[in-house]
Amino acid sequence: MFADRRNGAGAPGGAPARPPLPGGALAPRSGSLAGQMVKIGMLGLTTALAVWAAFPLYSAGNWIGIGVVAAVTTLLFYVYLSPRAIPAKYLVPGTLLLVAFQILPVLYTVSTSITNFGDGHRGSKEEAIASIEASSVVRAADSVDYRLTVAAVGDPATGDLVFLLTDPEGRVQAGDADGLTELAPDAVTTDPSGRITEAEGYTLLGAAEVSARSAEITAFAVPSGDGSGIRSSGLSSAYEGDATRAYDADCDCIVDAATGARFTADDERGVFLDESGERLPQGWRVDVGWDNFAKVLTNPSVSGPFFGILLWNLAFAAGTVLLVFVLGLGLALLMHTDRLRGRRVYRVLLVLPYAMPSFAMLLLWRDMFNADFGLVNRLLGLDVDWLGGEWTARLALLVVNAWLGYPYLFLVATGALQSIPRELTQAARLDGAGAWQSFRHVTLPLLMVALTPILVSTFSFNFNNFNAVYLMTGGGPFPPDNPMVGGTDLLITYTYRLAFGGQGAQYGYASAISVFIFLIVAVISVVSLRRSRSLEETH
Amino acid sequence: MTATTMGARVTRWARLTGWRHLLLVVALVFALFPVLFVVSAALNPLGTLSSSSLVPQGVSTANLERLFSDTPFGSWYLNSILISLANAAGTVFLCALAAYAFSRFRFIGRRTGLFGLLLVQMFPQFLAIVAIYLMFTDITEYWPEVGFDTPWGLMLVYLGGALSVNTWLMKGFFDTVPRELDESARVDGATHAQVFFRIMLPLVAPVLAIVGLLVFISTINEFLIASVFLRDPESKTVALGLYGLISGERNANFGIFAAGTLLISLPTMAVFWFLQRFIVEGLTSGAVKG
Repeated sequence: MFADRRNGAGAPGGAPARPPLPGGALAPRSGSLAGQMVKIGMLGLTTALAVWAAFPLYSAGNWIGIGVVAAVTTLLFYVYLSPRAIPAKYLVPGTLLLVAFQILPVLYTVSTSITNFGDGHRGSKEEAIASIEASSVVRAADSVDYRLTVAAVGDPATGDLVFLLTDPEGRVQAGDADGLTELAPDAVTTDPSGRITEAEGYTLLGAAEVSARSAEITAFAVPSGDGSGIRSSGLSSAYEGDATRAYDADCDCIVDAATGARFTADDERGVFLDESGERLPQGWRVDVGWDNFAKVLTNPSVSGPFFGILLWNLAFAAGTVLLVFVLGLGLALLMHTDRLRGRRVYRVLLVLPYAMPSFAMLLLWRDMFNADFGLVNRLLGLDVDWLGGEWTARLALLVVNAWLGYPYLFLVATGALQSIPRELTQAARLDGAGAWQSFRHVTLPLLMVALTPILVSTFSFNFNNFNAVYLMTGGGPFPPDNPMVGGTDLLITYTYRLAFGGQGAQYGYASAISVFIFLIVAVISVVSLRRSRSLEETH
Repeated sequence: MTATTMGARVTRWARLTGWRHLLLVVALVFALFPVLFVVSAALNPLGTLSSSSLVPQGVSTANLERLFSDTPFGSWYLNSILISLANAAGTVFLCALAAYAFSRFRFIGRRTGLFGLLLVQMFPQFLAIVAIYLMFTDITEYWPEVGFDTPWGLMLVYLGGALSVNTWLMKGFFDTVPRELDESARVDGATHAQVFFRIMLPLVAPVLAIVGLLVFISTINEFLIASVFLRDPESKTVALGLYGLISGERNANFGIFAAGTLLISLPTMAVFWFLQRFIVEGLTSGAVKG
């Protein structure tokens, strides 16, 4: 996962021996019978899968989904039955998966970067209004009481909350943030009091989960129709009451009947504001245009750290590339002689770091750099708080990254050295070049052709090396006056803290920074690849 | 043999290869001492971080026993190996298909496609995780068989990344197989599929091996996506399980963490040992022009 494993260039080598071809001149042009059978089988399987995928979509009435399934199936049939479009036959399987699970998520992220998507801005305006009305519910004289069981969809610790409700007549319903749905009586089990003890499709919260999510449960409200909602009172009962806050379409605002306060909708920011500018916690998702991008560049509390981190980020990626290059190539050169005994043993032992699981080794290195009982201090007889100081932490990080990354470059360099014809260096020596000169002017330029794409991808990988920093230092050490920007933070760990850290999720803003990171890495990589000869092969 | 010639021979040895051995031993110390620390911590009878040192204090299998009795390590291990093997096989196949097309055919969008594969990988992944999570929330609703808590959903996401820089690596190797070879086979009546399966694949075996190994290693180490998908304790992979072990009780569980680390590195080391020759050849053969 570290110094990445990539290579691009290729060139004609020696001709390998030609293997015998079964069938020869007598083979029919349309391919073998077995091949045809496999093809028919695969297309049959595709049809079966498409039908299987379409059924749940059909019962949910999702016509767009069915359209997509039909389109993909048609495309597959066209590509594999038509005698034309031969490259497509080889590219379609991988490309379909690439589009579905890589390109679509990336496009989604990019489209999020011009919105305020995040905590407090998740749904539509209608959902925000429903939630505001429901959570302002107070008990009235004629309130209906329900028996309540708190459940969740999926994981009880993190899934969306659902109230499983039994009304006084014994009807069972499930209420989520969107409203109530009737449950079939045979899909639930109830205890003698009518309280639901089991329900298909929902996970009941245990005592531990209820106490962990109690604040969320208290605030949770199920909209139950015109200006009313259902809230919990305690853990086993709930009541339906009237909302004190209601939306008024005439003024596009929320009016609080109890206090008379007015919260006017701000459609540009997706919030309801009162006269003093205080907002209601429930907002909705709107497009904010380039605001997120402008914030990165112009807001001094953001742009200041942004450029500081960018500088260290560049140094970290470049430093790692330099270290693994020097170590890897150096070791490969040391072993590039026939006289050396035990080369096989050396090679296996030297690539051992690559075989160890990297996430575990990062955690282990973190403990070895521990100031109090760390192995590094004990072995070297030092008393340094490695991860506590900014520069020592950076140094430690580079050492660890070099340890993780050099074996790959060592392997690649070994292979590249072996494929350089000996005559070339011998000829240079005969022409009077010294060992250094022949290395510098003959061997190295040839090596760089093979190594440049690998160095570039090592750079771009390490530019976003989240694991190394997150597991080793967590971005720290943090200066006492600013807990948001640490001494070893990369842009990506900084973004992670912005997106998921302390003040709640800000996906829109974090997506904007991701787009910046992408542009920086892409420009650097493309420029350096263009400068090398490596890409000529693709012309 | 006199003392002088003996001395001369030692000097000669030192000048020719002795200094190489010296530097290599220094490199080995750097490479191996963390590995030695893991071994020693795994054998440490006390099993805590503070009592672990570089030289084993004693030899005991207590940590191994605890690993299997206190945690579902057996099923984690099986999950990791099966998911990684399946993903490696799937990726190698998809990648080889695409590399063949990029190497042997000229079509519109070929260069854009190759560049695009490099560029897509440069987008920071963890935010795309939010999108993948939302996407699979829907998928789990429609088709729970390939949704969360199944290895199949995870595999789909992994295979989405099959076409990547690995395709470049393979294409480079495919380019080194002379075109005359498949052209003459076509003249003999072979279809393009026969050329691919019967001629190309056997010739590019080294690069298939190396890509398979690289994908295997990175899948075993993969953490972020797996943590979103596999939430059920039994369905976890070793990476998730071990991380959970020391994120809670770091000091007390250090011994079993080290034992687990060693066990999960064994299959990788074994494959490395067997594929050594292929690896060096597969990474670079033909990449340098003579």
